Amino acid sequence: MTVLPRRARSVGWHVLCLVIVAVVLYPLVWLAFASVKPPDEILSRLALLPTRFVFDGYAKGWEGAADVGFGRFFLNSFLVAGLSVAANVLSCSLAAFAFARLKFRFRGALFAFMITTLMLPYHVTLIPQYVIFQQAGLVNTFVPLILPKLLATEAFFVFLIVQFMRGIPRELDEAAIIDGCSVYRTFWHVVLPLSKPALVTTSIFTFIWTWNDFFTQMVYLNDTEKFTVPLGLRLFVDTSSESNFGAMFAMSALALVPIVLFFLAFQRLLVEGVSTSGLKG
Amino acid sequence: MTTLRTPDPPVAPAAAARVRRRDPRGGRRRKSQPEAFAFLTPWLLGAVALTVGPMVVSLYLSFTDYDMFTTPKWIGFGNFAHMFTGDDRYLQSVKVTLIYVLVSVPLKLTVSLLVAMLLNTRRGANGFYRAAFYAPSLLGASVAAALVWRALFMGGGPVNEVLASFGWHTPSWVDDPQFSLASIVLLGVWQFGAPMVIFLAGLKQIPAELHEAAAIDGAGALRRFRHITLPMLSPVIFFNLVMEAIHAFQAFTPAFVIGGGRGGPADADLFYTLYLFEVGFQDFRMGYASAMAWVLLVVIAIVTAIVFRTAKLWVFYDDAESTGGRK
Repeated sequence: MTVLPRRARSVGWHVLCLVIVAVVLYPLVWLAFASVKPPDEILSRLALLPTRFVFDGYAKGWEGAADVGFGRFFLNSFLVAGLSVAANVLSCSLAAFAFARLKFRFRGALFAFMITTLMLPYHVTLIPQYVIFQQAGLVNTFVPLILPKLLATEAFFVFLIVQFMRGIPRELDEAAIIDGCSVYRTFWHVVLPLSKPALVTTSIFTFIWTWNDFFTQMVYLNDTEKFTVPLGLRLFVDTSSESNFGAMFAMSALALVPIVLFFLAFQRLLVEGVSTSGLKG
Repeated sequence: MTTLRTPDPPVAPAAAARVRRRDPRGGRRRKSQPEAFAFLTPWLLGAVALTVGPMVVSLYLSFTDYDMFTTPKWIGFGNFAHMFTGDDRYLQSVKVTLIYVLVSVPLKLTVSLLVAMLLNTRRGANGFYRAAFYAPSLLGASVAAALVWRALFMGGGPVNEVLASFGWHTPSWVDDPQFSLASIVLLGVWQFGAPMVIFLAGLKQIPAELHEAAAIDGAGALRRFRHITLPMLSPVIFFNLVMEAIHAFQAFTPAFVIGGGRGGPADADLFYTLYLFEVGFQDFRMGYASAMAWVLLVVIAIVTAIVFRTAKLWVFYDDAESTGGRK
């Protein structure tokens, strides 16, 4: 190990890292170029760069399906993801404040229960939940996608915020109480503003997970009008003819853009959120 | 770092209990703060109406024949018996899922640990590499990424072409029963960034003196890895193993997309959750689907329990705090 001079080792390290970067990012770069290639070139030519740039895929894909444009799917996805973020931040921070700061009976047991639900496969509650929403006439609306978040069923985020709130010095809220602040105002004006980093992490992950969610959206949404981006992309799943490739890759590329932007904007926060809380990507 | 261990259920309540005993204001039977339940209401409602209630109902449904439109008909263990004796596609889905879990999880953890060790230096551009490696963890679970993956591994696609240039002629991966699952495993491994970041945080906690002392005593890189890095990192490996395994058992989107929505060639991509979806939401055999969900829950619980039980043998905690709060 020590035989090589420092400089050579450093160069070797960078080369190795760059090779891994190339392999890891290749599918994304390939997608970006495939979306502007003439359809017959997508699979037949190995070269990343197209011989000429063609934007037909974007035009064709944007038309969507069954007279519903892909723009509508994007709007629906943004709506579902945006409401999910608001619902999750609100409900999870309320529950987290109770667990982190307030005294109530069975707190230990309820907290243990909440942690247990982290490991619960979603499928054991899926069918009765579906029946409930079906009976209430809410299938084919966005309610089944958002209501669970309003009721803090995503224990991951409750846990994340609890952990963060425990790190906030208690003296701060005790001082507020002594000064005559109610518990509610202490939450709203002292603890919540200080928990901002945890709330931002919660927001970003909720957005990305909701944006990527396919299973729940496929279960609950049937009308093309209500389709979200993953459901719009699903229409390409049966595609094997090259004529549709352009549209498929164009829309796939667009579907990833919001996540990539989020990632670029919050990269440091995301990576740190993962390393301190063990969140999955 | 302590947060990494807190998913271990006994720890946090024990810590809460400790705090409670020390609290000078509380008597033996503490009063609840009335406000607490105002804050807890949404969560409690969700826990009762969307978690516990549905779990009880789905347990009941698993013993019935239920199509959503007529009342459930009690059939005892009929669903479970059919699963293991009369349903070849079910057994195929179990096989596919087990192979996926047993191959993709160790592979992903190995790759993520190796890359984490590579990045555990003070060299420049470290943050850039870390971010680049992490990106697929956010993108990879999407339908879009799975569509790309399917195209990359299609006949005549880039993967075929590159392998052929090395003289290895493979069939169209996604259409071949032998190769199809492998392409899904690789899609899982591609998302090695999330466990990598967690490993990296763990590696930074290992005191450099340990390595230095061992090196002075003549231990080579491999021995230091075996006797310092692995034991010191074992709590993090444990955490990643549990989370990745639970995750892998429930994989759905890649199997759905790469398998063309129907489980792939010869059901080679018929993942457990995919079959559950088919049974429940295409055939409307809701009783059977509930039974499948409960088997999944039990299997995940058993696997988690095994990992937790064996943890005593291979997970090394160097501080008293994390072994259950005894000081």
